[in-house]
Amino acid sequence: MANSDFDKFRGSVDYVTDEALRNAVNVAIALQKPLLVRGEPGTGKTMLAHSIARGVNKKLLIWNIKSTTKAQEGLYVYDTVQRLNDSRFGDKDVSDIKQYIKLGKLGQAFISEEQVVLLIDEVDKADLEFPNDLLNELDEMSFYIPETNVTIKAVHRPVVIITSNAEKELPDAFLRRCVFHYIEFPDPTLMEEIVRVHFPDIQSNLLREGLKTFYLMRGMDDLRKKPSTSELIDWLQCLAAGGISHDRVLKEVPFVGTLLKKEVDYDYFVARYMNRQRPGRKVDAYQMLH
Amino acid sequence: MFTDFYYLLRKKKVPVSITEWMTLMEALSQGLAYNLDDFYYLARATLVKSETYFDQYDVAFQEYFKGIEGPADISEKILEWLKDPINRSNLTEEERALFDKMDLDELLREFEKRLAEQTEQHDGGNYWIGRGGTSPFGHSGSHPAGIRIGGQSRGRGAIQIAQERRFRNYRSDLTLDVRQVKIALRRVRQLSRIGTEDELDLERTIDATAKNAGDIELLWTRSRKNAVKLLLLMDVGGSMEPFAELCSLLFSAAHTSSHFKDFQYYYFHNCIYENVYRDVETQEEVATDHLLRTLEPDYKVILVGDARMAITELTERYGAIYYYQRNDIPGVLWLKRIADHFTHCIWLNPEGGSFWNHPTVSMVSKMFPMYELNIDGIGDGVRKLVSKR
Repeated sequence: MANSDFDKFRGSVDYVTDEALRNAVNVAIALQKPLLVRGEPGTGKTMLAHSIARGVNKKLLIWNIKSTTKAQEGLYVYDTVQRLNDSRFGDKDVSDIKQYIKLGKLGQAFISEEQVVLLIDEVDKADLEFPNDLLNELDEMSFYIPETNVTIKAVHRPVVIITSNAEKELPDAFLRRCVFHYIEFPDPTLMEEIVRVHFPDIQSNLLREGLKTFYLMRGMDDLRKKPSTSELIDWLQCLAAGGISHDRVLKEVPFVGTLLKKEVDYDYFVARYMNRQRPGRKVDAYQMLH
Repeated sequence: MFTDFYYLLRKKKVPVSITEWMTLMEALSQGLAYNLDDFYYLARATLVKSETYFDQYDVAFQEYFKGIEGPADISEKILEWLKDPINRSNLTEEERALFDKMDLDELLREFEKRLAEQTEQHDGGNYWIGRGGTSPFGHSGSHPAGIRIGGQSRGRGAIQIAQERRFRNYRSDLTLDVRQVKIALRRVRQLSRIGTEDELDLERTIDATAKNAGDIELLWTRSRKNAVKLLLLMDVGGSMEPFAELCSLLFSAAHTSSHFKDFQYYYFHNCIYENVYRDVETQEEVATDHLLRTLEPDYKVILVGDARMAITELTERYGAIYYYQRNDIPGVLWLKRIADHFTHCIWLNPEGGSFWNHPTVSMVSKMFPMYELNIDGIGDGVRKLVSKR
């Protein structure tokens, strides 16, 4: 691939990236290797695939992985029960096996006439052996269907994005074949940019106070679940929609329930922060928050 | 090209394979890196496959491309020192009081100030250590290196980024968070078929269908569920105070892991005697005998504690540190009973392995396989818990 193809991806209008991420995406595209993206929940791993698809102007196929997903389902499914059924009632020509072969997402990505972006979302949800079962298919970008004696080979190698929450360790052999990127939690400056993408018209003081509160909260080590980017965005939306003026944000932290999702965290925050902010007005804070 | 860098990475324990190295070479030959900054990201994306190794990568990168040991090493030692609870317990009363005075914002400001001074002057050693005794960092478990100084990370050279070593917190041999512990505990499972029949039994279905001359007959079986029952016993005695946060991490991970069939937890002070406690605050007692009687031997037991006590506390009658615990039977016998009753027990020790040559620690570790309370230790311990005897 020519050098000019590098730097294809520069982020898209609605997704803010940093240099490391742009680099990793472009390396993955240039080397035609899957890009494995990891990061805290809510840092926009899935959004990245959408953004890449838009950025390089290609169709996006999404393969959502669940705990029951098998690697085979991504390639093709041979609907034997349907065939058996048909054979009993004689509706169709059951000797034509092709009509019972249904391609999965990976198969669809391979036969697509144009290059597509394939997102394999939350790969670690599946069984431990799942990634290993896909090694060869992702390497060769082809697979064989014994039932019909057909080899499906990628017309254009798809851009493969794989996300993981690190719930399970991925096998080494699989990792070796990927380009890896870890999405760090954005720093305040980057975060401001990200929020602006979502709410171009947000008031500067509201945003500033909101971010200040948010990072203060993230700094509390004792929280069980720290709020993440997507929660911040929800929260700012609440603030804007509720017409909360900026000077109330840091003092009262309205709608704190959008940021803190666990009761213990909520109690901790109220006890540790709210009461210190406004001594003697504990009752008010509770009333307002509930 | 850069072959020494490859070996340096391996030396720093980053698991880089030849395949990955060839990928990097391919990328370089395609001209994907224009300068050192590009190279930093390119090499990291192709060679390093987990954020837990980013820090080692940074160290290696720094060493290779700068050829000198950066100041980061000095500051790491200092941070290590500050983090170590042992050092903290050496503080005087007065110094300890300082800890409680500062709130989070002050801590942040102070940290930034000192960090700035340190990189500018490089005379940090004395200043940091000298003041270290009163340094608030490390209080409430906050990880000093983890405090990010906002807005500076972009648009700087690769070596500076490497020097910053922001990924130190992700090293698996150093830190823990609830989620990581949960992942480690997730391996504690033994699947067995229980519950309602909700899974298609293919083999038997095919057999039955064939016998029916092709008329489909579906047969179901019970699905496999985790049968592991977990008992957690935690030391909350005085010497465990510095590790309280670490222990509560482990506790909340175990508590919120929903995959255990049963989960029970009790506390003890320094050593286990007649009673353990259901609740630290109310001191609600439960007879240890009761546990041994009511819990089947197939409960997996995790004991958490530093196992560090006076020898008499472990071996003597009436040796318990608290006078009201008039123990007729020495603690060591109680521990022995637990070890004998349950088939799978491990002991997690929040103190590093280098502190284990204390007499009581080694006695305890003879009864229970002992592991360090960090991700690697929990991982090893869990493997022991599910292994066959």
